[in-house]
Amino acid sequence: MSVLVYVENAEGKFKKSIFEAVSYAKAIADQLNTSLTAVSVGNVAQDELQKLGHYGAATVLNVNQDALKSFINQAYASVIAEAAEKTAASVVVLSNSFSGKGLAPRIAVKLNAGLVDGAISLPELSDGKFIVKKTAFSNKAFAYVELHAEKKVISLTPNAYKIVETGNQAVIEDFAATVKPTDLTALIKDIVRATDKVSLPDAELVVSAGRGLKGPENWGMVEELANLLGAATACSKPVSDADWRPHSEHVGQTGIAISPNLYIAIGISGAIQHLAGVSSSKVIVVINKDPEAPFFKVADYGIVGDAFEIVPKLIEELKSFKANN
Amino acid sequence: MKILVCISHVPDTTTKITFSDNDTQFNQNGVQFILNPYDEIALARAIELTDNGAGTVTVIHVGDASTEPTIRKALAIGAHDAVRVNATPTDAFFVATQIAAYAKDQNFDLILAGRESIDYNGAKVPAMLAEILDIPSVSIIKKLSVEGNQGIVEREIEGGKEVLAIPFPFVAGTAEGVAEWKIPNMRGIMSARTKPLQVLEPVEVKTSSKIVKFETPAPRGQVTLIDASEPQKLVDLLHAEAKVI
Repeated sequence: MSVLVYVENAEGKFKKSIFEAVSYAKAIADQLNTSLTAVSVGNVAQDELQKLGHYGAATVLNVNQDALKSFINQAYASVIAEAAEKTAASVVVLSNSFSGKGLAPRIAVKLNAGLVDGAISLPELSDGKFIVKKTAFSNKAFAYVELHAEKKVISLTPNAYKIVETGNQAVIEDFAATVKPTDLTALIKDIVRATDKVSLPDAELVVSAGRGLKGPENWGMVEELANLLGAATACSKPVSDADWRPHSEHVGQTGIAISPNLYIAIGISGAIQHLAGVSSSKVIVVINKDPEAPFFKVADYGIVGDAFEIVPKLIEELKSFKANN
Repeated sequence: MKILVCISHVPDTTTKITFSDNDTQFNQNGVQFILNPYDEIALARAIELTDNGAGTVTVIHVGDASTEPTIRKALAIGAHDAVRVNATPTDAFFVATQIAAYAKDQNFDLILAGRESIDYNGAKVPAMLAEILDIPSVSIIKKLSVEGNQGIVEREIEGGKEVLAIPFPFVAGTAEGVAEWKIPNMRGIMSARTKPLQVLEPVEVKTSSKIVKFETPAPRGQVTLIDASEPQKLVDLLHAEAKVI
């Protein structure tokens, strides 16, 4: 028995959400009195792989084969399932990233495992049961899912579990995975990645704006505020529908769901469809000129007033705060 | 081109979510159910791709007879026929297995589903279905077009996008952007009543997960309002009290 964690890389680097998944998997390995193995697929440098040890991986299986250079979920699922068989893993952990969402169900089927997607806390183990908490009903509830298959697959929501540094050293082993040509029929034609911006799904701080900003030309102050904080930018549905901002920034019911430490909503009224995507944020700040805006009911801090006056002042205050801290 | 769209029957977005039987069951009393919005956008794209006799769209749903209005809605939007597997779903693997049992010898070129359902938000059925059928899958696509015997899809990735060419058949989970929303017209609503709806009995499945308890989040405390003339107070509170900056 062991625990296996899949460590997804983005152009050879691991993001914070991956270290969270490693820390989470290490805690499960401790609960089960076993050790943690990480499996990496693709071209990742040794010093980057070594970092996995610091968060608790005892062994790293390094799959670096030409056929598996880029992410094809069918092929990667086969490799991870093969690594799970090889290490006799009873629990497989992944980050619930865009790619993780496509991988975890395939791995669960391959291993005849039970699956919890988007876990937000460690499993509760008692009376031989294995119960994991996740969000449900678009953040309006939590569900406790019992997995009763012998093997378990868990995908962890980014920003839901704190990184724990154990300071261990990992043993890195090359792992030659079986590659089935039938797994590799999809072909990647193009990848576009904005490298200068904080990516929204795993951002700790998010600055978001809505129709109250009146037009795309007014986003300069939103971006300035986000840059100052090291935050990602987001928007409401009407804003992306009007093409003021790209669809990838749309948070809410039909966009993406996020759970950052801080969500600042500027000129967003807080329709239920919007709240569905952001209500699990740890701290919510609302800036809106309408004191009756429903968003104030779920906010921790609020300022009633004109965003065009408040945001520039807030930027100045943050600049002086940063200069003194 | 033959397309299958998997549809889910979910509580309307504005529903107040409550639980019964000691918080073990979702309380359906007085709840308005709708066609899952992400599935609706998948259906809209399927109809666009098969417009003007270029193919057929079948919708499939796993649920008891009470879900038929949702299936009729999909037919009214423009699906040609429908299949209902007569069972109450227990988990995603159960649903994926039922759909796979139907789809395996039907020669669909493309199987679409929403990226996730708005009730359990699992995003599991499309990839599980693809794995059972041993065909490619792609999650969270924002664009989908047909080029000969393959689909060209744009997939969302963290901080960007990826374009893939995938030979048919494959399964895709769709997100907003993939099609224009379609509102059923009167002709669609009338014809939906007479379009074929086949009812199948479920195949046996050994499930591997079960929801044992629900919980509603603790309400947030009262909002702390800060005067618009004192934004420095917000900075102080975020630093000293909330400790997020």
